Amino acid sequence: MKTQVLKIADKTFHSRLFLGTGKYGSNSEMEKATLASASELVTVALKRIDTTTDTDTILTHLQHPHINLLPNTSGARNSKEAIFAAQLAREALETNWLKLEIHPDPKYLLPDPIETLKATEELVKQGFIVLPYIHADPVLCKRLEEVGTSAVMPLGSPIGTNKGLRTIDFLEIIIENSKVPVIVDAGIGSPSDAAKAMEIGADAVLVNTAIAVNGNPEQMAIAFKKAVYAGRLAYEAKLGAITDNANASSPLTAFLLD
Amino acid sequence: MSFINTYQQYNWDNVKKVIYNTTDRQVKQSLSQSNRTLTDFLHLISPAATPYLEEMAQCSQQLTQKRFGKTISLYAPMYLSNECNNICTYCGFSLDNKIKRKTLTAKEIEQEVSIIKSQGYDSILLVTGEANHIVNLQYFKQSITQIKQSFSSISIEVQPLKENEYKELADIGVYAVLVYQETYHQEVYKQYHPKGKKSNFEYRLDTPDRIGKSGIHKIGLGVLLGLEDWRVDSFFNALHIDYLQRTYWQTKYSVSFPRLRPAEGVIEPNFIMEDRDLIQLICAYRLWNEDLEISISTRESELLRNNVFKLGATTMSAGSKTNPGGYSVDEDSLEQFEICDNRNTTEIYNLIKTAGYDPVWKDWDKTFYQQ
Repeated sequence: MKTQVLKIADKTFHSRLFLGTGKYGSNSEMEKATLASASELVTVALKRIDTTTDTDTILTHLQHPHINLLPNTSGARNSKEAIFAAQLAREALETNWLKLEIHPDPKYLLPDPIETLKATEELVKQGFIVLPYIHADPVLCKRLEEVGTSAVMPLGSPIGTNKGLRTIDFLEIIIENSKVPVIVDAGIGSPSDAAKAMEIGADAVLVNTAIAVNGNPEQMAIAFKKAVYAGRLAYEAKLGAITDNANASSPLTAFLLD
Repeated sequence: MSFINTYQQYNWDNVKKVIYNTTDRQVKQSLSQSNRTLTDFLHLISPAATPYLEEMAQCSQQLTQKRFGKTISLYAPMYLSNECNNICTYCGFSLDNKIKRKTLTAKEIEQEVSIIKSQGYDSILLVTGEANHIVNLQYFKQSITQIKQSFSSISIEVQPLKENEYKELADIGVYAVLVYQETYHQEVYKQYHPKGKKSNFEYRLDTPDRIGKSGIHKIGLGVLLGLEDWRVDSFFNALHIDYLQRTYWQTKYSVSFPRLRPAEGVIEPNFIMEDRDLIQLICAYRLWNEDLEISISTRESELLRNNVFKLGATTMSAGSKTNPGGYSVDEDSLEQFEICDNRNTTEIYNLIKTAGYDPVWKDWDKTFYQQ
């Protein structure tokens, strides 16, 4: 059974699992895991790419027709740096898609909401398809929508922590109110976290550490692929309501049936 | 406010007492924490923690892989000059060491760069002594401007500079500045650095604050292991990093572990640090601070380097020359210290690769400063 196709800007995706490309023990390991995941959108850090050559070692492992590249601005500390990085990425990777990452704090890599909003507004004007990495901040999501973002990428928990959906209450508000696709990014540590994100209605998830750093990245990629599919399928089937009590009888209104 | 205020609240002998009186129970407790404080770091570098080395190493490996992945960044040092007006009794470049002095010219720099580039490097560390009349801001700016098209990341390990000088260097593309306190023991520091600008302990101690204020992306710290008790010195180094991380929160930090190595005309270390001590220290740093970059130079032996990158290190050099012109221009000029791991870059690259790690040449981009 197929799940609904995801549309972001001008592209459609059959897989709702997006991947990062960092932290793998080798590029061929990264390639294998990426192929096994069936992901159609992978993000690459501009700072890791050698833009002076056509044979960059990371990019050559991602040359598959179904894989779209999503360059990111990791390393940028403010909107100015991010915009420069975006322009270079567009030129080097020949795509106007961009994962906007502005984290002035190198410790937890937490995104700067003010600079991110500023950069999104400018980059949209310059014709970029912007997918900004942000806190799970519902108001910021609406502000980003207003300046033309193509999706939002709120974090589940601090990046690389594998802590799962610690921001779930805010993710639910974002999903409820969003007009653009919501991609839960960062902190997803296990396939069950990914499934949960899909069950609550996220449009996609982006996973890196949990797949790249473990005993068998390829196998883990398959586990995530299935979890994302299962979660989405469940969401589309509409989950039953959760209640605190069993409600087999209706003590207060049973008299109406007498 | 600067680190000096924090530093003055601690007393060397008291810190030493606490480290050496750490109990087995305290070590176990620190090991079981998920977020560790400086006190935990102190417990983990204590003699009481030595029976837990394997446990620490496994935890360190796991934390390092989670944060940095299975990657090791590679860089090459390039010594620009061995001119120096300081007397540092352990250093080959010391003023009183009567050797031929050399400072690379633009043409020589070009020649050295082409060798380093041909080995694959994209990150370079420029090193000098302290000779402000020749090797000064103007020289740095010229040299950096000359080579910046060739490297994505340029770091410097030179004499302490002023805040505005760091700012100028940040603006033209210096990514990181390394400055080692050598020792945090003020009196011992004075004995090892009797003459020259470097003899001013407090000015040096204040240097990372000036770098932090200048907007440089990364600051590298370290102590020269062998000058004093490594445990106490390393506690102060961690205290320094802790202070800087809280104060200059937009900056990255790295730590290096220069162990005193033989050099021309220098003294034997007063304190010997064994391999297992160094491993304990590296693991303690990682268990305390998941985000710290940990760098291992070619001062260390093949055996140690064959293993250390799997249990906490994130950055390595290879095939290094520690003399100006050492790669091609003047291979016999005086070196700062003897290299212990003499394997070339390809050998180290293959070593990392064979172990299932990704050797990374490039992890920065010029675009972040070309504004």
